[in-house]
Amino acid sequence: MVLVETRDLVKQFGAFTAVDDISFSVNRGEVVGFLGPNGAGKSTTMKIVAGFLEPTSGQAFIAGHDSREDPIAARQRLGYLPEGAPAYPDMTVGAFLEFVAAMRGLSPARANERLAELAERIDLEEVWNRRIEALSKGFKRRVGIAQALVHDPDVLILDEPTDGLDPNQKHEMRELIRTLAPTKAIVVSTHILEEVEAICTRAIVIARGKMLADCTPAELLARAPARDPEAHQLVRTTRLEDAFRHITLEQAGS
Amino acid sequence: MNKVLLIFRREFAGYFATPLAAVFLAVFLGIASGMTFFVAGFFDRAQADMSAFFLWHPWLYLVLMPAIGMRLWAEERRSGTIELLMTLPVQPWQLVLGKWLAAWVFAGLALMLSTPLWITVNVLGSPDNGVVLASYIGSWLMAGAFLAIAACISALTKNQVLAFIGAVVAGFVFVMAGFDLVLSAVRPWAPEIVVQAVASMSFIGHFQRITDGVLEAPALVFFVSLIAFALWLNVQALDARKAA
Repeated sequence: MVLVETRDLVKQFGAFTAVDDISFSVNRGEVVGFLGPNGAGKSTTMKIVAGFLEPTSGQAFIAGHDSREDPIAARQRLGYLPEGAPAYPDMTVGAFLEFVAAMRGLSPARANERLAELAERIDLEEVWNRRIEALSKGFKRRVGIAQALVHDPDVLILDEPTDGLDPNQKHEMRELIRTLAPTKAIVVSTHILEEVEAICTRAIVIARGKMLADCTPAELLARAPARDPEAHQLVRTTRLEDAFRHITLEQAGS
Repeated sequence: MNKVLLIFRREFAGYFATPLAAVFLAVFLGIASGMTFFVAGFFDRAQADMSAFFLWHPWLYLVLMPAIGMRLWAEERRSGTIELLMTLPVQPWQLVLGKWLAAWVFAGLALMLSTPLWITVNVLGSPDNGVVLASYIGSWLMAGAFLAIAACISALTKNQVLAFIGAVVAGFVFVMAGFDLVLSAVRPWAPEIVVQAVASMSFIGHFQRITDGVLEAPALVFFVSLIAFALWLNVQALDARKAA
């Protein structure tokens, strides 16, 4: 079942084209990784799908609802973690999540039940009454994830969910995404390549607003150029890095 | 409507989560009473009324209301929380109304804290309490108009200082609309009817009529429709940023 779909998305900021004709779809059970250099248009694409920005042309659908024509219905099915996991610094974790739950239309009883579940699952109990501004980066990111999961949405759009986390936290976040995956359609952006292999069922490579690849991580690996065994590598790269560099630098050269 | 209330509650609590509320209330009461006693000569007038108190409100609000309103949207945009807010299943007008309402009720609270002065006047003499009540209502409405303008300008930027300056300038035009400073800028190129229209936008003019004891429809309609218009513009500003 297709839960996320974009058709010919274009976004221009003045003369600059940030997103250039991007079409893809995501089914339930899939975890799609958005890969690309900084400034490639990953975040802009996610903002359009989440309904925060309007595309210059093209359409985005969440569970069949057009994000522009039918924004409220689309947003009800969507959990969104914006870049940098913003949250109100002067609120406590509990108050913030209760606010989001109420805004999402959860009844107080349902909200309590759901928040208790999330607090345990995402390990937020110890910071529940602490102000968000006093939290470490890892906890802030977890609050951002909790906020996106409050209403148990069908679609998750996560913009760099592991950015700034230490290796253990990264691992936990990836495990969480894996456990959520079977029942949802998930789009994750990252520029950590190993993450794609670890959690994604599909990878979409974007650079300069254009889609350069839409394939499984294994297929992406296969696009790595053959290594010259004689060549001396100053910095050792993985096969996936080779593939990524090959695809994105090829475009830059053309 | 429920969502408006939720936004209102979060915003209103937000004022008290930091020292902002206490500082603002102290400054408001300090300046308001300073103006009343020292500048307007509350005691020297030897009259049991509160016109010395209300006289300065347009000028007081010109600076203090933008100080409340500047952060409404600029802060959300700077911290990125606007992305959370605008991707929740709510209509933009619900957000706009809830935020403005919180700021307006906060301003109302500041105004209410000045009631000891009203009691004092009643102890010292017998003022026309109808006029005082009308003046309070008029003052609160005017504060709402200043706040709606400030909120609208705050939606255009992520820089709070710019939002503050913009709101003060816009407020100044409205305060001075009945005076030559503004009218002489309009008169040379606009027909008389436009000059009249601008002059009728004067905050001071409308507010003075209320504090003189004439709480009648035109002044009320003026402030209420100005608030409605500024909030509508606020929604448009949010929509425009989406498509930008």
